[in-house]
Amino acid sequence: MKENGRDIVLLAHGDGGALTHELINNLFLRHFESNILKTLTDAAVFSVNEGRMAITTDSFVVDPPFFPGGDVGKLAVCGTVNDLAVSGARPVYLTASFILEEGLPLADLESIVQSMAGACGVAGVEIVTGDTKVVEKGHLDKIFINTTGVGYIFPGVDLGYHRIKPGDKVLVNGSLGQHGIAVLCKRYGFDFAGQVMSDCAPLNGITSLLLKEIRGIKIMRDLTRGGLATTAKEIASACGLDIWLDENCIPVDAGVKGAAEMLGLDPLYLANEGKFMVIVSPEEAEKAVAVMQGHELGRDASIIGEVKPGKGNVYLSTSLGGTKLLDLMAGSPLPRIC
Amino acid sequence: MAQRSNAEKKGIVRYRIIVKGIVQGVGFRPFIYNLARFYRLKGTVANTSQGVLIEAEGQEETVHAFLASLKEKHPPLSRITALEWDVLEPCGYSSFAIIPSGEGLGKEALIPPDVALCADCAREIMDPRDRHYGYPFTNCTNCGPRFTIVRGVPYDRAKTSMARFPMCPECAREYHDPGNRRFHAQPAACPACGPQVELVDRQGRKVEGNWLELSWRFLQDGKILAVKGLGGFHLVCDARNRAALKTLRRRKGREAKPLAVMCLLETARKYCYVGPEEEKLLSSPQAPIVILTKRADCNLPDELAPGMKTLGIMLPYTPLHLMLLNGPLEILVMTSGNRNGLPLAKDNGRALEELGGIADYFLWHNREIVNRCDDSVVAVIGDTAQILRRSRGYVPSPVKVAVKSSSPVLGAGGDMKNTFCLLKGNQAFVSQHIGDLGSREGEAHFFASLENLKNLIGCEPEVVGYDMHPGYRSSRLAAGIPAKAHFAVQHHHAHMVSCLADNGVDEEAIGVILDGTGYGTDGRLWGFEILTGDCTDFTREYHLAYVPLPGGEQAVRYPWRTAVAYLMKYLSAQGESLADCLFQSRGQELEVIKRLVATGFNSPLSSSCGRLFDAVSALLGLCYYNSYEGQAAIELGEMVLDPAEGKRLIPYPFFIEGKVIHPGGVIAGVAADLERGVAREIIATRFHNTVLAMVREAVRRVAERTHIKTVALSGGAWQNRYLFSLAKEILPGDGYRLLVHRQVPANDGGLSLGQAVIACRRWQQCV
Ligand SMILES: [Fe+3]
Ligand SMILES: [Mg+2]
Ligand SMILES: [Zn+2]
Ligand SMILES: [Zn+2]
Repeated sequence: MKENGRDIVLLAHGDGGALTHELINNLFLRHFESNILKTLTDAAVFSVNEGRMAITTDSFVVDPPFFPGGDVGKLAVCGTVNDLAVSGARPVYLTASFILEEGLPLADLESIVQSMAGACGVAGVEIVTGDTKVVEKGHLDKIFINTTGVGYIFPGVDLGYHRIKPGDKVLVNGSLGQHGIAVLCKRYGFDFAGQVMSDCAPLNGITSLLLKEIRGIKIMRDLTRGGLATTAKEIASACGLDIWLDENCIPVDAGVKGAAEMLGLDPLYLANEGKFMVIVSPEEAEKAVAVMQGHELGRDASIIGEVKPGKGNVYLSTSLGGTKLLDLMAGSPLPRIC
Repeated sequence: MAQRSNAEKKGIVRYRIIVKGIVQGVGFRPFIYNLARFYRLKGTVANTSQGVLIEAEGQEETVHAFLASLKEKHPPLSRITALEWDVLEPCGYSSFAIIPSGEGLGKEALIPPDVALCADCAREIMDPRDRHYGYPFTNCTNCGPRFTIVRGVPYDRAKTSMARFPMCPECAREYHDPGNRRFHAQPAACPACGPQVELVDRQGRKVEGNWLELSWRFLQDGKILAVKGLGGFHLVCDARNRAALKTLRRRKGREAKPLAVMCLLETARKYCYVGPEEEKLLSSPQAPIVILTKRADCNLPDELAPGMKTLGIMLPYTPLHLMLLNGPLEILVMTSGNRNGLPLAKDNGRALEELGGIADYFLWHNREIVNRCDDSVVAVIGDTAQILRRSRGYVPSPVKVAVKSSSPVLGAGGDMKNTFCLLKGNQAFVSQHIGDLGSREGEAHFFASLENLKNLIGCEPEVVGYDMHPGYRSSRLAAGIPAKAHFAVQHHHAHMVSCLADNGVDEEAIGVILDGTGYGTDGRLWGFEILTGDCTDFTREYHLAYVPLPGGEQAVRYPWRTAVAYLMKYLSAQGESLADCLFQSRGQELEVIKRLVATGFNSPLSSSCGRLFDAVSALLGLCYYNSYEGQAAIELGEMVLDPAEGKRLIPYPFFIEGKVIHPGGVIAGVAADLERGVAREIIATRFHNTVLAMVREAVRRVAERTHIKTVALSGGAWQNRYLFSLAKEILPGDGYRLLVHRQVPANDGGLSLGQAVIACRRWQQCV
């Protein structure tokens, strides 16, 4: 590594001087296409339509920054886009704030920025403002990215816990656990035949399709940290109803299943970055599945459960014929068997 | 009523006596009635919710004589825990009478456990001239269902599931005749008035014909029957029919766990060695499954208990069982009627649903099972009966403990083999086997059983003790039970105090806890622990060195994973190549395991004794997969030589550094012996001797420093026959007072007792 060369990030890249400008012009502006960003003013200025807006923010830290199926940049865009998408919004603008570790290869930064731009293109959003800081080597692990996103709520859309009723169906758009396994394998060097790829993808395409076609959507949630089980538990607790999931109906592809079993992990608790859960009225459940299956991110969409009267518990009907209670994940799972 | 004028003779007194304990449903009132008449006393006897209440009027000396014989000669099934009386003014009773039950305020009368079929009733059902001939629900005051049919106290027919069967005149006559064996036998019944058997197919459609002959024919044809017994359904098939056994195992998803069988005593002797202590247990009113050693010439199919030298046998304990065995089949599999991991099926409808995929036919009846109760399991090791599962026949008899609690305490138990315990005064009521709490059905069993037991003994817990494992369901359940205080109890401290309480001891001791895994105060999974402590607190003195369990719970299921961890930890590069060679067949997974160990990802650290057994079992190629809890350790335990011979083999080297016992020498020794081609029996025996040597050395060091001379053994690994029998020889030989479990299991089935006692003590310190 050439410490004096231009191919790594230096502290000076973050001091607002010449190198910072070089970085902005030669890297960020080259990849992020936005007329608003190009103005390089202190704040991005844009006009708003009528109606309601949504705003969300998230910071992205992932070890390792590059993994099969994506990198921290793609994650930073998709994560924020997806939070807006499942809230019933059409995402429009993003901010991007980078905190870089001194010594990070510029080539790595460039490929991260490139994949952010790629994800923005797919999602149809613009990065309109940003920031860059550099910290001394060892003060953080390679790269942190914060993104904030704003979007317009689709007219007439009302999602929330208050709309969930017993009898509603629970749907997912596809196989669970891919992102979690992909990152763990890369991080710890686990080697499985048939590499598992992260499912990282922007969901606003499929969610807007769903919102347009299906009136009876009650709530949507992306299944990130803690996976399906944790999200289902959060929903059940919040609305005081039980959610019953059927193990036989939950899509988990063979690669994830095999890897999770070897690692002693439960796919229902693994992170996803391109999966979401939908709760929909029973009358429209089948149609919702069909709509999702018509989109490339919903090919394996299925009904996986049902809302029942109860006390905020999540139950899993297992393939063995019993009923397991699913709780929030409590740290790493410790054996219960004595 | 009061005819004072006549009664005011000199020396006449009236005693109001209350007898507490197991005094209802065991023929206590007829006994009192006959005894009072023998002494020519006047008065009354009645069941109350506090116990049996007697009014005895007569000459003072006569009343004293009556009391003395009452204490001495009470009926065999009864147990008196308290006998109190007040002396009152005589009121001039004219006779002695049994009067109807009345409900009192506090509920202190104890419901007796279920009692195995008695000889008199057995004779009647076989006697064509008797009106109970061929009637599968025959019982009397000396036998029959109790706990499993009771809904409330006082114990009366109206509060049992017999309430819906009004007695016929003949049964009513016997019930009211103080001279009859069925006098006040609450579940008394006959073909004219009692419950009826029905044989149905998987769809619940009645199979027409003689149910008994049809059942025999189906069993002979290799079919599987679900038979409704006392505490739940059994899955039954011909124990000599290999194909039927295979079908049963496949359908039940029970790969290797031994299946219990039922036969008559003569048959048991034909296949197994039955010692005097074992015979006593088999024929006891509790009628547990007794683990017997198979005879050398035992020709029963290996599928009954693969890889085992033993077989679990019980004698027929209901008339229905006796009738089934009084035909062409001498020995039947009687395994619990449940789907994998779920509680026993007990209701007809649910059974059809849950067991429909397993059983071909259902032999059921219309007497409801109120309290689910699994069969109890006992093993005799040396001269000590070790209870492995305490349930039917024992529950709800209390264990008398040395502490006395002023507030009722609940011990919530562990997550597997769960029982809970209600401590009231100095009586600890350990529940029936609840089993695995990892399902909604298991939780429902827990709560229903808790409600019922609370109701039967009349107490609402005010203090709760539970395991400190953050992932235990039992701990979550405990936290949701309202109480004045909740105490988190360390798993192995609970084991140790369970053993103290089991022995009625309340003092400082050295606890030698050889166990699977339990959550430790440092967040690690403990399991080979030498503790000192008492009913309040403990100190961890010595423990086995930590080793990672690759994949957490997966390592508990797959013992070879732990073997890889041990090899890598103690033999580094050489260990890795040995792992490659031994577990080559595991392919890619082996590489993943190595990465798990190397990186520590999802590999919690553990000092478990069970996992050390697992590792050695896998190294010897005995067991790679635990299809049931403890399989690898049990199969390793089956490998050892006879103790008398085995104890002469030299242990493998180990060393103690600080508080840690390092088993590196064991792993190296086993590896070297394997390489030299030493017989597995020898290696297994040397390994067991090493564990004993570790225990002996650690105890010696602790005793030297602390001067504590009492040693308590607890934890599931003490169910190992070899370890237990040699420890019982060695430790007293070294001058210690040895405490072992007698009434509750050393495994997690005994945890709740320890938790309750500890929580009681901690609460006493708070108030
Ligand atoms: Fe334990
Ligand atoms: Mg987010
Ligand atoms: Zn009898
Ligand atoms: Zn009758």
